[in-house]
Amino acid sequence: MNVQAWTYLIVTATFALYVGIAWWSRVRTTSGFYVAGRGVPAVANGMATGADWMSAASFISMAGLISFMGYTGTIYLMGWTGGYVLLALLLAPYLRKYGKFTTSEFVGDRYYSDAARLVAAGCTIFVSFTYIAGQMRGVGVVFSRFLEVEVHWGVIIGVVIVFFYAVLGGMRGITYTQVAQYCVLIVAFLIPAAAISWKITGNPIPQLGFGGTVQEGQQAGVFLLEALDALHRELRLPEYTAAFVPGKKSMIDVTAITLALMVGTAGLPHVLVRFYTVRSARAARWSALWALVFIGLLYTTAPAVAAFARVNLISTLHNTSYSEVPEWFRSWETTGLISFDDQDGDGVIDMTDGVGELTVDQDIMVLANPEIAELPAWVVALVAAGGLAAALSTAAGLLLVIASAISHDIGKSILWKDMSSRRELLLARGTASVAVIVAAYFGISPPGFVAQVVAFAFGLAASSFFPVLVLGIFTRSTTKEGAIAGMSSGILFTGAYIVYFRLIRPEATAEDWLFGISPEGIGAVGMLINFSLALIVSRFTKPPPEEVQQLVSEIRLPRERAADG
Amino acid sequence: MAILLSIWFVCSYVLGIFLVEPLNEARVGGFPLGFWFAHQGSIYVFVVLILVYAAVMDRLDRRYGVG
Repeated sequence: MNVQAWTYLIVTATFALYVGIAWWSRVRTTSGFYVAGRGVPAVANGMATGADWMSAASFISMAGLISFMGYTGTIYLMGWTGGYVLLALLLAPYLRKYGKFTTSEFVGDRYYSDAARLVAAGCTIFVSFTYIAGQMRGVGVVFSRFLEVEVHWGVIIGVVIVFFYAVLGGMRGITYTQVAQYCVLIVAFLIPAAAISWKITGNPIPQLGFGGTVQEGQQAGVFLLEALDALHRELRLPEYTAAFVPGKKSMIDVTAITLALMVGTAGLPHVLVRFYTVRSARAARWSALWALVFIGLLYTTAPAVAAFARVNLISTLHNTSYSEVPEWFRSWETTGLISFDDQDGDGVIDMTDGVGELTVDQDIMVLANPEIAELPAWVVALVAAGGLAAALSTAAGLLLVIASAISHDIGKSILWKDMSSRRELLLARGTASVAVIVAAYFGISPPGFVAQVVAFAFGLAASSFFPVLVLGIFTRSTTKEGAIAGMSSGILFTGAYIVYFRLIRPEATAEDWLFGISPEGIGAVGMLINFSLALIVSRFTKPPPEEVQQLVSEIRLPRERAADG
Repeated sequence: MAILLSIWFVCSYVLGIFLVEPLNEARVGGFPLGFWFAHQGSIYVFVVLILVYAAVMDRLDRRYGVG
């Protein structure tokens, strides 16, 4: 059976599985739709959070990005995992203890203001839509590359599947399909990683092979990372493991970006809402642990894959005659992900820095890995299914957050306060359907700015949600004026900085940046502004009403709330 | 919790970023140490931190007679 037949088989089988699970777990109540009836076990929620969190970018692009960045890739590795420590220690258990359905609802109650709730719901919708467009695009790309259908048909197939289980199954359907999707994506990531590790270093565990020695060729017996540094020196590139050398990001920038990504992760609404689905605050803590274990499995493997792929790429292609390139080079050349431009006309690939004969897209590092490692066709197909699982699971989680922000935070509590829960459920399903269609449209014809904005969704989440949530839980005295001032100044500052340096002056260099912090990392500064302004304004405004202060103390006591929305 | 958060800060920022250059002089197996912290170690430490926190909170919960 060839690669395409295997891909059809495995993708169809996984889709059938998702639809089956959705049918089995369909819901009839608003509590089931928004928070899966709060009955999800901690381990299952951990897996679902893993799938929810790890998007097409984590699965397909991250290893490739690290591969090109070397040490600097740590901004993604630490940035996208360290946030779970903040989440587990500062937010998840307390938000779960408070109960209710959405994070905006907590903001609205804690800051005794519908305006605060509306701002929070607005930020949720904005952040989620920028994120979802990228996922839909990812679905389309995987379809078109592996199954040779048009990108827009790929998007439409993906949308139909997501529509089916998100609209029918709500949070319950999404949770259990995400559990299945996590299993698919982690297997699809680990099998090729183990195989390539075994091939290069003789150790099938990538995390160990990463620090092992090269088995064959000229570099036999040398530590993998030393061999890689040597290859980089030969190409006149900065060493792979070196930090802050010319050509890499500066220390302050790495620090700021890592902080922005960590705090952004802890403030992303579709991640926070997952912790509303478990039984208790205790279960929220344990499921944060499981989530990080399951995410860490991929995140500790990815840097190893990145290093292996880098060694492989340089040693097979550098100084190789174009007529003798391996088979996979040809097949990926047709997709435009790798291309050779013979500058000096000698027919030999020269990868030295500045010569620019070889152009490689970062996505190829994961997608072509099984072929580079000469693995059987079914593994290649599995990688395609894994990429789809990663993209679909994240898209579904985001859709639900958008639907609940609109139907619950805006519809139920501000526009139609006396809506029955049957009608609210209908409205939630309706908004989910509309959101799916909008997302599909973005996926088929992404507006130019979307790709730019996705990376900044974290900065925006970091500078808006995180400080307000932390202050809301850990101080009694933060007032609604303080919170609104903090949220809006944080997001405005971050947004303006990003727009200025990305759209108005994209040619600006590190010298022009504030303290040398790039737009990716400015969310960290936005967060500090938010914190300080919220604290200052709170000192000069009327303290919060007694019952709100009572509420804050109560959330932090180790006792479960009896009434549960 | 303040202790756990300081460990979080030390492992990720101090060891993984601020001190990466001196630490890279040291080697553990095939890894430069600072690079290892940035690419692997910090993630393992994060997992352990949440584990310790969840366990400690469970003990607290039991002492106050809940959960």
